[in-house]
Amino acid sequence: MNQTIEFTLNGETMHYSVDVRQSLLELLRDELALTGTKEGCGVGECGACTVIVDGETVDSCIYLAVWADGKTLTTVEGLAAEDGSLSDVQTAYVQDGAVQCGFCIPGMVLSSTQFLEDNPTPTRPEIKRALSGNMCRCTGYQKIVDAVADVAEKRQENADIAPVKFTRHA
Amino acid sequence: MAKNNVIGKTEQRWDAIAKVKGQAKFTADFPINHKLHAKILRSTIAHGYVTAYDITEAEQMPGVVKIFLPEDLPQNKFGTAGHPWSMVPAKRDIEDRTLLTRHVRVYGDDIACVVAKTELEAIRALEKIKVTYEKYPVYLTPKAAMADNARRIHEERDNVIADTSVGYGDVAKELKAADYVIKEHFHTPMQQHVHMENQVAVAWQSEDQRWTCISSTQIPYICRRIIGQAVGIPWSQIRVQKPFIGGGFGNKQEVIIEPLVVALSMACGGRPVEMNLTREESIAYTRTRHAIDYDLAVGVNKDGSITAIDCNVYSNQGGYASHGHAIGGKGGTFINALYKTESLRYAAKTIYTNVATAGAMRGYGIPQVMFALESIMDDAAEKIGMDPIDFRIQNRRPEGFLNTLSHVQQFNFKIDKCLEKGREAFHWDEKLQDSLKYKTGSKRRGVGVAGFSYGSGTYPFGLETAGARLTLMPDASFKLMLGATEIGQGADTAFSQMAADTIGVGYDKIIRDAMSDTDIDPFDTGSYASRQTYITGFAVQEAAEKMKQKILKRASEMYDIRPEYMDIVDGNIVYSHNDQKIADLADFAMSSFYDMEHGRAIVAESSVNIHNNSYASGCTLAQVEVDIETGQIELLSVMNVHDSGKIINPILAEGQVDGGMAMGIAYGLSEGVRYNEAGKPLNNNLMDYKIPTTMDLPDLDHTFVESEDPLGPYGNKSLGENPLCSPAAAIRNAVKNATGVAINSNPLASQHVFEQLKQAHVI
Repeated sequence: MNQTIEFTLNGETMHYSVDVRQSLLELLRDELALTGTKEGCGVGECGACTVIVDGETVDSCIYLAVWADGKTLTTVEGLAAEDGSLSDVQTAYVQDGAVQCGFCIPGMVLSSTQFLEDNPTPTRPEIKRALSGNMCRCTGYQKIVDAVADVAEKRQENADIAPVKFTRHA
Repeated sequence: MAKNNVIGKTEQRWDAIAKVKGQAKFTADFPINHKLHAKILRSTIAHGYVTAYDITEAEQMPGVVKIFLPEDLPQNKFGTAGHPWSMVPAKRDIEDRTLLTRHVRVYGDDIACVVAKTELEAIRALEKIKVTYEKYPVYLTPKAAMADNARRIHEERDNVIADTSVGYGDVAKELKAADYVIKEHFHTPMQQHVHMENQVAVAWQSEDQRWTCISSTQIPYICRRIIGQAVGIPWSQIRVQKPFIGGGFGNKQEVIIEPLVVALSMACGGRPVEMNLTREESIAYTRTRHAIDYDLAVGVNKDGSITAIDCNVYSNQGGYASHGHAIGGKGGTFINALYKTESLRYAAKTIYTNVATAGAMRGYGIPQVMFALESIMDDAAEKIGMDPIDFRIQNRRPEGFLNTLSHVQQFNFKIDKCLEKGREAFHWDEKLQDSLKYKTGSKRRGVGVAGFSYGSGTYPFGLETAGARLTLMPDASFKLMLGATEIGQGADTAFSQMAADTIGVGYDKIIRDAMSDTDIDPFDTGSYASRQTYITGFAVQEAAEKMKQKILKRASEMYDIRPEYMDIVDGNIVYSHNDQKIADLADFAMSSFYDMEHGRAIVAESSVNIHNNSYASGCTLAQVEVDIETGQIELLSVMNVHDSGKIINPILAEGQVDGGMAMGIAYGLSEGVRYNEAGKPLNNNLMDYKIPTTMDLPDLDHTFVESEDPLGPYGNKSLGENPLCSPAAAIRNAVKNATGVAINSNPLASQHVFEQLKQAHVI
C-alpha cells in the first residue's frame, strides 16, 4: 500500500508516494538517490544512517518513510552551503583529521551538527554522550570528539570559521 | 628520504571533503540499472551434510529469479586468503571450499543461494527452502578437533592443518638451568573486524563480454585471481573495481562473496547481481581473528637474564583454511625480535574446528602472541622483583640483530627508546606510586606495560611487489595511479606526499582517484601487512624519480641546459646550484603536450620487487581502576609509543594509532564472538558484540620515537596494524598490578574478572 507524503528535504519541498512499509533510509537511498546516508546494520544499532528530522536525530533505517509526512529533514547532502562550501562542523572534521574510511561520517556529522544546536557550550563528556549512538571503527573517536569541541569553541570565540547557523532548513 | 618538506607534514587527506559532504561513493552507492539481488541460505547446524533440499515452495515466491544449489554452480576448489599467487604449489594457500556446499563445516555455511528482483523477495524465498541435514559432531576447540576419534572436517586432510616448530638452543636444558621457571596458559578470543561497511559486491557482464565486479575489497588484483579460480575462467576476463571502502581491517583481505556474485551473474545471463551482507552475517559468517591458546614457559635468572622461551601454540582455524598457519605460525619471529634468550622453541599447530573461519585481522596473529608473551614477561619481572620496564630494556635485542627465524636484520629497532619515552611521557613512576594508595577497598588501581614488534610487509615469507604510474598534466599537476588500496587508513594521502616530495612540487599538485581498477592501475597486491607506505612507497618513489628525470631531460632539450644542472623545487625548474628559476613547471607542462617540436606527453611508471623488511616496535602503558565488587575495569589512562621510523603525515599517523588502540583496548576488555555448544553464534549483532562507543574509551594518548629508517623508502616503516598489538597485555598487567590476580584469558569483561577475583579469594 502506498501513501503520498509531503516533507521538506534539505530545503526542498517534496511530494512522494511511498510504500507504507518502506524505511526512510530506503526512500532516501533507493528512490531519491541520496546515497550519502549509509546503512551499517539496518536495525538502529550503529547510527550510520542518522538523519535530522524536525531538529532530532533519528536512525533512518528504523524510521518509516511515512512518518516523515509534514516534517523537515536534513541529510548529509544538505549540510554544505548552496555554493558547496562546508559547514563549520564539516570543516572541523576535515581539518582535525576526524575522517578516515568515512562510512560513519555522514551520520556522525549530522549528530554533531544537531547536538551543537541543542548544546552550544558542551563539555567533553557531553560530546561523548551525544555521539554515543554513532559507531566508528577507524578513529577511536578521539579526533571526532576533538572536532566537535573545536567547533563549539570557535563558535563561542566567533572566530575564523564563520558560524553557519543550522537553521537554514528549519 | 624527504627532500622537499612535504614528507613529515600534516596534509589534509584528499578524500575528506567528499566524505563529509556525502559525495564519496562506496560500493552500494553506484546506480546500476536492472540489478538483481542475491542472498545466501545459511546452514543452521555447524557440522554435517545437507542430504536434501526442498525448493518447490521457494521457487513460487514472488520476485524469485532463480534458486541455486551447490551443484548448479561451478565446483572448483579455491581459498579465500588474500595472498599473492605462489608459483610454488606447496606454498599456496589451502584450497578447501567451493562456491556453495552441501558439506557444512560452520554454522551459517553457504548451502544455497536465491537471486530475486529485490532483496526482500530474496529473503522471503530463503525462508521457504526446506533443508534436511545429517549431523556430525561439533568441535569448537582445537583440543576437541584434535582428539583421536574426531571426525575429519575436510575429508582430504587431517584437522591439524599445519604443525611446525622453530627455534634454537636447548630449551629443556636452559629451563632447568634457570633460577626460576614460569609456566602459564593463555587464551585469546575471536575478535571480529566490524568494519562499518559490511561486505558488498556487485557484478555484471560488461560490454566487452568480460565480467566486472565492484567490490569493497582491500585486494583488487588478488580478488580478480580468486574469482577466476572459483568460477573457472581466465583471470584476464575479470575486471575488479574498488571504490571508497568503509573499513576492512583484514576482513576484506579475504575474497568472500565476489566469486559467488560473479558466478550468479553468469548464471543469470550477465545481469547485474548484488550481494550485501547484513551485520549479523558479517560478524558471524565472514572471518574473525584466530582464537589462540598458548602454553608458555620462560626461564629467568635472578639477574634478569632469560634462559629459555618455550611456546606451544594452538591456533583455532574454524571451518575453512583461509590464511591458515600464516597467522599462528608467525609469532616466534616477533618473540625473537624482542627478547634476548639462550634458547627458544615456538611450536605451532593450526587446527580446523567448527567455529567461524578465522582469517586476517589487523595485527595478523601478533596481538594474540603479544598478549601471551607480554603477560608472562611481566610475571617473570615480578618474580625476580624487577621493574617491568627495566626488565624489558635489559633483555632487548641489540641494534642490528639478525633475527634468524626470519633472516631479517633489525636495524633501527627502538623498543628500548619507546619504553623509556613511555615511562616519562605517561608519568609511569608517578602513576605507579598513585596506585599504591588504592590496594585495599573496593576500587583498586594499578599500572601495566607491554611491548610488541611488527614487520613492514611480508618479506621474506611473501612476494612484495608494487607499481605506480605518474602522468604529467598540462598545468603541472600529476595524476598518480596505483594498484595499492586506500581503505580509510590514509595511504593515498601519504603516497601523494611521497610523489610530491620526490618530484619537487606541492602536495596539492598530486591527483588521486577513489577507484582502483585492475584494468587500469599498475599491479599491486593490495592493502595488508602494513605494507603499503613501505612497499608501495618504493614504487611511488621510483616512478616520481623517473618522472623528474624525464622532465629534466625534456627541459634540457627545450631550454638548452644540461639536465644535471637542473632540479625541480617548489613547482619550478631551477638551476640546482643556486635555485635560480629557469621555467615555471606549469609552462613547461603545457609545452610538453602542445609544443610543435617538443610536445609528447610525459608518463613515468615503476614496478618494484622489494627484498627487505624493517621491523617496527612500540609499547602500551595503561593505568586501570578495578571495582572488585563488580569486576568492572575502568581504563583511567592509556598511552601508545611507536617506533615506526619517519612519520609521513602526523595527523594521519595519530589517527591510525587512535583507531588501533581503540580496537586493542576492546580486544582486552570487551570483544569476542561467543558460541553455544552446538556452534551457533550468540552475539552477532552490535548490541551484544561490544565494539567501543564514545562512552567506552578514555582519551587516547600517544607519542612517537621518530627516526629515519635506513631501509624504508622515505625513512618510514609499518604503523597501520601496530597500535593494537600491545594494549590488551598492558591492561592485563595493570589489572594484575591492581589486584594481584593475573587473568590469562581476555577479554577482561566484568563477569570474567569477577569470577577470577573470586577464585583468587580477593573477594
